[in-house]
Amino acid sequence: MKDTQFDDARTDEQQIRNFNINFGPQHPAAHGVLRMVLELDGEIVERCDPHIGLLHRGTEKLMESRTYLQNLPYLDRLDYVAPMNQEHAWCMAIEKLCDIEVPRRGQLIRVLFCEMGRILNHLLNVTTQAMDVGALTPPLWGFEEREKLMVFYEAACGARLHANYFRPGGVHQDLTPKLIDQIDEWCDSFPQVLDDIDGLLTDNRIFKQRNVDIGIVDQKIIEDWGFSGVMVRGSGFAWDLRRAQPYECYDEFEFQIPIGKNGDCYDRYLCRMQEMRESIHIMKQAIEKLRAEPGPVMHRGKLSPPTRGDMKTSMEALIHHFKLYTEGFHVPAGEVYAAVEAPKGEFGVYMVSDGSNKPYRAKLRAPGYLHLQAIDHIAKGHQLADVSAIIGTLDVVFGEIDR
Amino acid sequence: MSDTALMELAEQIKTTRPDCVLSTETAFGELTVHVALASIPAFVEYLRTDPSMQFTSLVDITAIDHPARDARFDVVYHFLSMWQNQRIRLKAQVREEEMVASISKIHPSAGWFEREVFDMFGILFSGHDDLRRILTDYGFRGHPLRKDFPTTGYVEVRYDEAVKRVVYEPVSLVQEYRQFDFMSPWEGAEYILPGDEKSAKDAG
Repeated sequence: MKDTQFDDARTDEQQIRNFNINFGPQHPAAHGVLRMVLELDGEIVERCDPHIGLLHRGTEKLMESRTYLQNLPYLDRLDYVAPMNQEHAWCMAIEKLCDIEVPRRGQLIRVLFCEMGRILNHLLNVTTQAMDVGALTPPLWGFEEREKLMVFYEAACGARLHANYFRPGGVHQDLTPKLIDQIDEWCDSFPQVLDDIDGLLTDNRIFKQRNVDIGIVDQKIIEDWGFSGVMVRGSGFAWDLRRAQPYECYDEFEFQIPIGKNGDCYDRYLCRMQEMRESIHIMKQAIEKLRAEPGPVMHRGKLSPPTRGDMKTSMEALIHHFKLYTEGFHVPAGEVYAAVEAPKGEFGVYMVSDGSNKPYRAKLRAPGYLHLQAIDHIAKGHQLADVSAIIGTLDVVFGEIDR
Repeated sequence: MSDTALMELAEQIKTTRPDCVLSTETAFGELTVHVALASIPAFVEYLRTDPSMQFTSLVDITAIDHPARDARFDVVYHFLSMWQNQRIRLKAQVREEEMVASISKIHPSAGWFEREVFDMFGILFSGHDDLRRILTDYGFRGHPLRKDFPTTGYVEVRYDEAVKRVVYEPVSLVQEYRQFDFMSPWEGAEYILPGDEKSAKDAG
């Protein structure tokens, strides 16, 4: 009898191989086009290898052949959840290079809309993360409020998402008193909605089971993996660029920096909820100031278009307008890094100018890029189902990661 | 951050690590340190661990292409110290054939940044565990952020109904890609404007 005949019925233990699966790119919990190759040992994640770049549009390359003003809309398309915060970094980089002071009212409007962007982002993140772990109602409630905020975006600049509203030297147009009143009204009504979402999630048994002690981030992870924003604050470090390295006129606003204690998904959720309340507080202050302080919203000079009135009477103004929108303005040679506390973390623009009307090199530093990079480290040892909770809490948007 | 604080920091770095630092400059309230390429890992380690520096967060790694220059690339590192609330920028010149020592052992977050620089510029990092392309397509050729890479790229994709899959083809543009020339002829353009060559011929 041949020895090999019954090989398939060996009784000693079989070799068990780890199981590889593809998570995404078409997966609702992947928050966009993330393809992740997961190596699983049963239900436990052994390794995850994110494949990014499926939404790569070559923004940095395109920027090198366009003028500074033409590049501004590309910034909207990075983190499309909170577009104006990105524009802010771009404008700040140009203003730093050109040494321009933004008029007071322009700064106030910027603060107002940056905080609005923060609420837009956190509303989306908190509620969709809740959806990833099984709750369907929060996104429906949250998106209703996002819709109202986008109406304000539209009233200010004409576009719901891709605003192109912040310009180097200020903001494009002033807000009407009516719009300011409407935003004020919304600020009064929003805490109620926030309390409702809070009531759905904060003490929810399932939500807590899925988030408490999941994806714990400590100081070593923060430093090793270059975290910023809520990912840092959720672990108990009060690091916020608005406070640490104040830009615009954030230093005169009164606001708290909420921090977590355990650094898990649940603490980060609580931080985001509290940050929205702080944002409302900042918006209220900005509205008060805006009502009291009329004035120009745009620095008058070579970076900004002349007024319509001037163009009707002055030839120079007309030439200036034509030159600005064809050739664009020239930025002095130099290199600069400008960072803002975007809702997701530190969003930075590293700009190298050679003195022409186009950036020689522009590097966009997206916070989500670093956060996603650490997922292999954070998710290791978690259950497969926790991966979607962790992706949700990392707050990834592929517009900014893939650029 | 005040300029004097930056100057002090620059002085301190220069005196403690004279072997690494080529020069320092402060502009727009930011400190740039030019370092020798070979000394990058040691210098980064020093910045991270020195108790008066504590640049523990890596903010960014990128590169700049200067095709005309002898050492073609600049590799640029940004660091942040949350403890001292300071930022620093390191710059090193790299020749096209040179390799840069990876700092992914010191800052694990450098992993993807170095992959991106490799992908976009073709700069190789020695000692990196996993230097694959990151943002471009599977099987992509070329390094897009080099100045000699055309913005349109070389290939385009479409879904082919006949073969029932996505096919790659050489890029074909219906209209020439528009590169505007903003150089004003009034401000001493050095090239010959279209039509000018005729007048030179007439005169000569």
